[in-house]
Amino acid sequence: MTIKKPTWNHQFTLVLLVALSFVISAHLSRHFLDPAYLLTATTNFVETGLMALAMTVVILVGEIDLSVACNLALTAALTGVLWSHYSWPLPLACCMGLTVSAMAGLANGLLVTRLKLPSLTVTLGSMALLRGAAQVLVGDRSITGFPDWFAGVDQRVVGPFPAITLLLAAAAVAWWAFLTRSVRGRMTEAAGSNPAAARLSGVSVDGIRTRAFVISGFIAGLCGLMMMSRVGAARWDMAQGRELDVITAVVLGGTDISGGQASIPGTMLALLLIAVMRTGMGLAEINPETQHVAVGILLAASIAVPNLLKMRTRRKAALAT
Amino acid sequence: MQAIADLLRRLFRAREAGVSVFLVMALVAAAILAPRFYSLQNLRNLLLDTPLVVTVGMGMTAVIVCRQIDLSVGSIVAVSGMAVGEIYRAHPSMPTPIAMAVGVAVGALLGLGNALLVTYLKVPSIITTLGTMSIYRGLAFVIGGGRQINPNDLPAHLVSLSISSPVGIPYLALLALVIFLLTHVFLSMSRMGRAIYATGSNPDAARLSGLPTEGIVAGAFIACGALAGLAGIMYASRFGFVNPAQTGNGFELQVIAATVIGGTQVTGGSGTAVGTLLGCILLAAIVNILTVAHLSGRWQLAAYGAIILVAIVSDGAGRLQSTPVVS
Repeated sequence: MTIKKPTWNHQFTLVLLVALSFVISAHLSRHFLDPAYLLTATTNFVETGLMALAMTVVILVGEIDLSVACNLALTAALTGVLWSHYSWPLPLACCMGLTVSAMAGLANGLLVTRLKLPSLTVTLGSMALLRGAAQVLVGDRSITGFPDWFAGVDQRVVGPFPAITLLLAAAAVAWWAFLTRSVRGRMTEAAGSNPAAARLSGVSVDGIRTRAFVISGFIAGLCGLMMMSRVGAARWDMAQGRELDVITAVVLGGTDISGGQASIPGTMLALLLIAVMRTGMGLAEINPETQHVAVGILLAASIAVPNLLKMRTRRKAALAT
Repeated sequence: MQAIADLLRRLFRAREAGVSVFLVMALVAAAILAPRFYSLQNLRNLLLDTPLVVTVGMGMTAVIVCRQIDLSVGSIVAVSGMAVGEIYRAHPSMPTPIAMAVGVAVGALLGLGNALLVTYLKVPSIITTLGTMSIYRGLAFVIGGGRQINPNDLPAHLVSLSISSPVGIPYLALLALVIFLLTHVFLSMSRMGRAIYATGSNPDAARLSGLPTEGIVAGAFIACGALAGLAGIMYASRFGFVNPAQTGNGFELQVIAATVIGGTQVTGGSGTAVGTLLGCILLAAIVNILTVAHLSGRWQLAAYGAIILVAIVSDGAGRLQSTPVVS
């Protein structure tokens, strides 16, 4: 079975765009080329990257998970409350947080596969419910004062590299190997590209879909703990709107929003592009709204421009015949 | 007897049955838990809380029936509010109808942007409007140079639209009511309205039977944008300010939630203006009841999520039961 892959052209364009934004950023601020700064800056994008890896699979199987950032917030809030109000040992509270995040993912998955509900509405609802639950738990306070072993995960280094950046890189390689080199991974791609055919060849499409949601939820929970450690606080409004960055990275990377076509290297390149752009613009003191505009244009253009080119070549071909 | 039973069965099967049941349950719960919900002052507050969501919800219903989605409405509300506010700042004596026309025009233009991306460049609507949501939000900052429109920039006659009333109902609510009635008639009775359902339920069949499906989708996006533009003026009137960051932030979630709760399915082809109206009232009533019952505002978002999930789950479970399983 052949599976549609994003064309080489798309990834080549992404590489060019990364290089271009790197050069522009270097021009905008001379601090940008400081390697130590760049390496530290990567830690800001690890959560987005991990969630984007999970989201790539969710979108590959034809679904979407809008609730990831809210799941992140709930995990952080729950872990924080269990630890600070109910005096749970922090490791146990973390386990509980992770369990709940995976359960929330499972609930999304079961609603989508068992009740045949569209994932867009299901996760729209769970998005509000999960962040709402986080708000009920902690209100407007921040939970702070975590022990030393937990706080500052972004400051741990392995050689010159931040540990969590290496974690993201390792996760990306593992993810890529899973999707392209393992039987289960190939089944996942099959379930995404032609669900009916996959079902007839004995692949449990619904099982794969449910699992994609569980993994997405669990990873969101993990990112919740990571962000809690990184910023040293748990709040209900953590990572608000982050699902947009996550989906942008996936779609910009060449994954088809209607499923069946995905690229892990593409997702990572797109994440790198977003990271370079945001870091560069941040250093150049460009306000966050303008940064959002740039990412928004990039997202729409990443699909519109190739479509436009395709239309032109088709028109030329029609004229030639 | 038979006629009554038939009528009841038809009522129960209606798309709006679910949301109606929830609304009745909420109203009964309010009567028991928070009788103050029924004070005139509070009902008046309710009347002022719904018009914005109803107005944009009508456009959103058309868009979702077409099998599309528009996440950019909140940002359009902000752009339109900022644009009109800036004009008021320069010309405080601008009459309200002109302000409304400007708001609608701005909104329609932004909706046209969405429409072109979706129909001409074939960018899926969720990606298009995810992008334009950020782009339009940025535009709201550009228009006012990052400043907000303050109460003293807005003329008294605009603000009075949400205070004064000819028949006890503020103009703002009357405007939303008119928009609802027009949308209802348009969607359920006009040829074009039915074409929207045809496009959403089976785009290929609609195209093959000669319907201009792309034009219909484009029209829905432009109408949704125009209504969001109108909601920008209504926001300025209701709250007396427009803030480029705050205005309309998260509004798309409210509108989509109200539409979905009202029985419109994101898979396209089904949904009614009446359902959306009931969905808007249900959401506003729940928030209002929580406030009146002295449950702090922090329960609001969770209640939203719970009601969305309960509504779509009961709808989905009903559908699974009533349709034979084909596999």
